[in-house]
Amino acid sequence: MKKVIMGNHALSYGAMLSRAQVIAAYPITPQTQVVELLSEMCANGTLDAKFIKVESEHSAMAACLGASMAGARTFTATSAQGLALMHEMLHWASGGRMPVVMGDINRAMAPGWSIWTDQIDSLSQRDTGWIQFYCSSNQEVLDTVIQAYKVSEKLMIPSMVILDAFALSHTYEVVEIPEQEKVDAYLPPFNPPYRLTPADPHAFGGLTSPDHYMELRYKLQKDMEKVPALVEETGREYEKMFGRYLGQVDDYLCDGAELVFVTSGTAGLTARVVVDELRAQGVKAGNLRIKLFRPFPFEQVRSILSRVPKVAVLDRNISYGHHGVFYQEVKSAMYGLPSEPAIFGFIAGLGGRDITRETYKEIADYALKHDRPEEEIVWIGVKK
Amino acid sequence: MSKERKMTITLPREELMSSGHLACQGCGATLAMRYALKALGQKTILCIPACCWSVIDGPFPHSSLDVPIYHCAFETAASSASGVRAGLDMVGDKETTVMAWAGDGGTFDIGIQALSGAAERNEDFIYACYDNEAYMNTGIQRSSATPIGAWTTTTPVKHYKKERKKDIIGIMAAHDIPYIATASIAYPEDMVKKFKKAKDIHGTRFIHIYAPCPTGWKSRPDDTVKLARLAVQTGYFPLYEVENGEKWTLNLKIKERKPITEYLKLQGRFRHLKQDEIDLIQAEVDNNYQKILKKCGL
Ligand SMILES: Cc1ncc(C[n+]2csc(CCOP(=O)(O)OP(=O)(O)O)c2C)c(N)n1
Ligand SMILES: [Mg+2]
Repeated sequence: MKKVIMGNHALSYGAMLSRAQVIAAYPITPQTQVVELLSEMCANGTLDAKFIKVESEHSAMAACLGASMAGARTFTATSAQGLALMHEMLHWASGGRMPVVMGDINRAMAPGWSIWTDQIDSLSQRDTGWIQFYCSSNQEVLDTVIQAYKVSEKLMIPSMVILDAFALSHTYEVVEIPEQEKVDAYLPPFNPPYRLTPADPHAFGGLTSPDHYMELRYKLQKDMEKVPALVEETGREYEKMFGRYLGQVDDYLCDGAELVFVTSGTAGLTARVVVDELRAQGVKAGNLRIKLFRPFPFEQVRSILSRVPKVAVLDRNISYGHHGVFYQEVKSAMYGLPSEPAIFGFIAGLGGRDITRETYKEIADYALKHDRPEEEIVWIGVKK
Repeated sequence: MSKERKMTITLPREELMSSGHLACQGCGATLAMRYALKALGQKTILCIPACCWSVIDGPFPHSSLDVPIYHCAFETAASSASGVRAGLDMVGDKETTVMAWAGDGGTFDIGIQALSGAAERNEDFIYACYDNEAYMNTGIQRSSATPIGAWTTTTPVKHYKKERKKDIIGIMAAHDIPYIATASIAYPEDMVKKFKKAKDIHGTRFIHIYAPCPTGWKSRPDDTVKLARLAVQTGYFPLYEVENGEKWTLNLKIKERKPITEYLKLQGRFRHLKQDEIDLIQAEVDNNYQKILKKCGL
């Protein structure tokens, strides 16, 4: 069935079709519609789940984790300040191997208060041990929630499904809503190897000496390393059943390109328009949209970008005192390869400032004119 | 043989706690857990936030308890328990009792937001707070449950605690939850009775357990039970219940309350107090006790 829905509701439908059993959430703009629709679904019986209307995001994540430990499939969604408030519990989720799936609406951090999009909220959580997917359409949001449960529950690692504030969260698009039966066939019920049950009493997360702690973290990393292949496998399986492939990256005309824009989220779609325009003018441009950010899709990024002479990374975020986060990550992935491209870092669109065709044209101008970046960071559209 | 006098054991015989735990000598919190589990039985899941009990249980991969434990973040006893309850309900286990088991710091201070939220939603679990009147896990720092006059490492003798202990029962009673009780490790029958009663009630149940800490109170380990008893006999920690926020019942009437100094003088944490300060504390205790009697209609 096709429906015209907003990005936030794509998250709700994703959770509904995945048969989330416990939802605990707290409202924050621009996430509110996600949980409003889910509470509606719980109230009218469309979704057989317990919705815990907690008093904060910290408690939202804590409650999801308790429910996950008891063996239930859990869902929550938040944004910016709410995600930051959850920080401690994000480590708890991954360290405790609890496969919660969460929607995060990318919103800039206060102060000053901003409800508009940028990526620093989720990127600040990159080292918490969560899988992170950055989506660029409402269809992709819905599909990715379902896939995320499959990946997360197989490896017992939580997932964050991320979408831009307003540009996606409040934008209505046509979305194919998969049939429940088919989703059930794709995603079996959650059945964790260990859980809280008096029939088999264990103590989870107790005092862990240096003799054991490191091995637990090593195992988490080793399982993280399995994510890219599993995303590939589950994405192909999804394609077979639903006709839409869900991958780690999205390659648009990168093969043989002289300049590739590396983007994430909705900003990538604008890049494609510019790629087409540049190509019409004889510039061989391309776009690599990074969808899976954690774990970083090293293999695919390396194989695509090592065939390209120039790479322009667009960051809608900044790691103060360093660079944009995607720029850091792409550089580190490409470092030392025999065919390392010239990699340029651009920052644009913080706090919801629009990223337009002009933004990319400026980026292309700079990258084409210079052999190497002359500044650590090239700011686009900033009033200096 | 038949003339031999036998003591009747009124407590359940089942032991869900083994002796290989890591508590200090004379730890009141340990007795508290032992009695609570005797009352609740094996079909119990614990949510234990950061506190002494996150250590007492024993290091990974060991546990001194025969019930499942979820060691959760410091401020999340109530929110974690809310989640565990919801999760169990969804996987079809309606029988198991969920109990949040937290210290006074995790309850009166950092966890009070989550606790108030859960109580307002009337979440279906028992919240037990064992009160040793300071942050003991981290080395005896003051909490809002530390009594007036006490020394702790953050309220040194020259600046001993000047603020009153927070009225946690008053706060919980204002949430109109179905069941609230105070309990003491010196009165195990009363405590077991209360946990059993709580087990059969639905909604948020709050039990405040008085649990002396020789390490933090600078008292003798063999005085732990005596101190807990004196706390009741002086009227400092009366044993009572509050049902649905309105029905207050005193469980143990003390005919002649002992003077508070009998209780204070066994603890190094009060050693610096002068007579006039002790008199002030006595007046506080009298006042609080009268307030509770009044609420109990006595
Ligand atoms: C967020 C956070 N802040 C601080 C701590 C450090 N911490 C661990 S236990 C504890 C004190 C616990 O006191 P209480 O709840 O009274 O339990 P007790 O140790 O006395 O049994 C503190 C401050 C922590 N684990 N987490
Ligand atoms: Mg304490």
